[in-house]
Amino acid sequence: MSVTSIPTSHQVQNPAHRRSGWLLAPAALWMGAFFFLPLLVVLAISFASRGTYGGVEWTFSLANYLNLVDPLYLKIFLRSLVLASLATVFCLLLGFPLAYHMARLPARWQWAWIVLIMIPFWTNFLVRTYAWMFILRTEGLMNQALLSMGLIDTPIEILYTEGAVLIGLVYGYLPFMVLPLYAALARLDYSVVEAAWDLYATAWARFWRVILPLAKPGVIAGCLLVFIPSLGAFITPDILGGGKTMMVGNLIQHEYLVVRDWPFGSAISFVLMGAVLLSAVLYLKMGRDGAEW
Amino acid sequence: MADNSVQIREVVKFHGATLAVDRLSLEIRRGEFFSILGPSGAGKTTVLRLLAGFEHPDRGDIWIEGQSMQGVPPNLRPVNLVFQSYALFPHLTVFGNIAFGLEMQRVFKAEIAARVQSALEMVKLTGKERRYPPHLSGGEQQRVALARALVNRPAVVLLDEPLGALDQQLRQEMQVELKTIQEQVGITFIYVTHHQEEALTMSDRLAVMDHGRLLQVGSPQDIYEAPASVFVADFIGVSNRLTGTIDRLDGAACTVTVPDLPPVRVRTPPHLRAGSQVTLLLRAERLELSQDGSRSERENAAPGRVLKSLYNGGDMEYRVRLTERHTWRVRVPNRGAGQKRFLPGEAVFVRWLADEGVVLPE
Repeated sequence: MSVTSIPTSHQVQNPAHRRSGWLLAPAALWMGAFFFLPLLVVLAISFASRGTYGGVEWTFSLANYLNLVDPLYLKIFLRSLVLASLATVFCLLLGFPLAYHMARLPARWQWAWIVLIMIPFWTNFLVRTYAWMFILRTEGLMNQALLSMGLIDTPIEILYTEGAVLIGLVYGYLPFMVLPLYAALARLDYSVVEAAWDLYATAWARFWRVILPLAKPGVIAGCLLVFIPSLGAFITPDILGGGKTMMVGNLIQHEYLVVRDWPFGSAISFVLMGAVLLSAVLYLKMGRDGAEW
Repeated sequence: MADNSVQIREVVKFHGATLAVDRLSLEIRRGEFFSILGPSGAGKTTVLRLLAGFEHPDRGDIWIEGQSMQGVPPNLRPVNLVFQSYALFPHLTVFGNIAFGLEMQRVFKAEIAARVQSALEMVKLTGKERRYPPHLSGGEQQRVALARALVNRPAVVLLDEPLGALDQQLRQEMQVELKTIQEQVGITFIYVTHHQEEALTMSDRLAVMDHGRLLQVGSPQDIYEAPASVFVADFIGVSNRLTGTIDRLDGAACTVTVPDLPPVRVRTPPHLRAGSQVTLLLRAERLELSQDGSRSERENAAPGRVLKSLYNGGDMEYRVRLTERHTWRVRVPNRGAGQKRFLPGEAVFVRWLADEGVVLPE
């Protein structure tokens, strides 16, 4: 190939990039005022102590963080991690075939499916979670259906268990898995899959060696979008767990609103944020390191 | 039969309501460089996809190396396809791409390394095995795609317009190289293209297709010198077309009467009688321009006037108006200084040998 003096895209983009920096200003101002500053306030509170009547006393203390090292709280953290991880895995298992199917449809059908995926967002999340109570409770739709089909003899007691919370989490966050997966799979050039097929790859090998590695950005985005909110969820465990299955989100809510121990609630929030950050970093690193899975 | 690598028998393929392949029968010999040439929509890519196994014939059957391909999925066929878009695996290195087929066939690691190396040598990419496809030039990607197919030593390599995305110069280089590699490895190549020059340059034989139908099969010379239809003649090369009636047969030569033109002498075509309506095709580069209208027994000359002259570098193309209905294209090689140039408006004679006309029955 002859050497040409065509500038690379990097050289072309650079000056334009510098000039467009001011476009960040509105978002930066907004986030600074309404996200970053409050966060700093919460951080400060987490090192203060609770006043006798629920106020904040500005005396520096590490007690809030040290108090967390208690089997009771560790158990809640562990349960949250397990439930969020399971919800992520189930969303991935359910979402991947769906997203793949969508991506292979003709363009106008793809739009129809995207709209279908978004429909749940038209109804309030709280209302939808209450609806699950009617489905899952002892004399609810699920049990009636299973009983009438003769699949079970006695109703399954699933409402107010971890199982119900898991079902609720998977239901609530499935769209957040499907949409990034779909975006990644729709971008995938299908002729690459055909090339693998032509090169003696079985269906199994085509999936593991070609489709999944190429969908990886979508898998990572989807898993983070499901895992992070699942870890901090509080409506779902509150309603479907019936207060018996407490997750970190419920604990924070409890400390803030019931016990009125803001400093302790703030400390839990920061530990939760740390856990989320850590798992996100680990996950992204894992995704980047393995060129193939 | 034993010499045939691929047999396509009466294959019909519909895409929805459109007939993509219409009763196609073809026999492709072992070790042959065979091209399928046709305009877009001719059904040539469908033929490749039927051979690769991505699509299945609605009727008829396909045999490769003496085995029926009915119900055989792509991963079990002894063919490899070089995709038009290359379809390289973007997440694998050049080595990983070329080794893919061997890994899928569970070839030993040491043998894979050796075979990938020799494939890299063959396509002149040694030293680039650790690169990723997006960082390669179009020509390099094309070579990886070729190596990825050849390394498996399939019975047939299918190529779907593999040079389509390359610029003219690289394209011509790759044509020669592809042909050289094919002769070296002796694998049957089936090459699909809409580029007539490519098909003529590289092929041992070629098929011309249009609207799913096979129009003609033969060597490049056969196709160019003796096109079986007006479509084939028009698709390959530049021809002038006239219609007339055969009016006198005298042995090897005969005369065709064309309205408003002097009688045209042509070689007597087989199976035609006096009075038959025929189409006469004259290749633009087989015509000559002259100010001299005299002619011998074996020559034709028709008077006309230059309308336009186009400078193409390697040749000059003249548009010459002979009658109300006949404006011909005449291509003259550009011999530079000293060559007579004709100007628009100039009166000329178009001359050609009686042997040059191709006569087709109406």
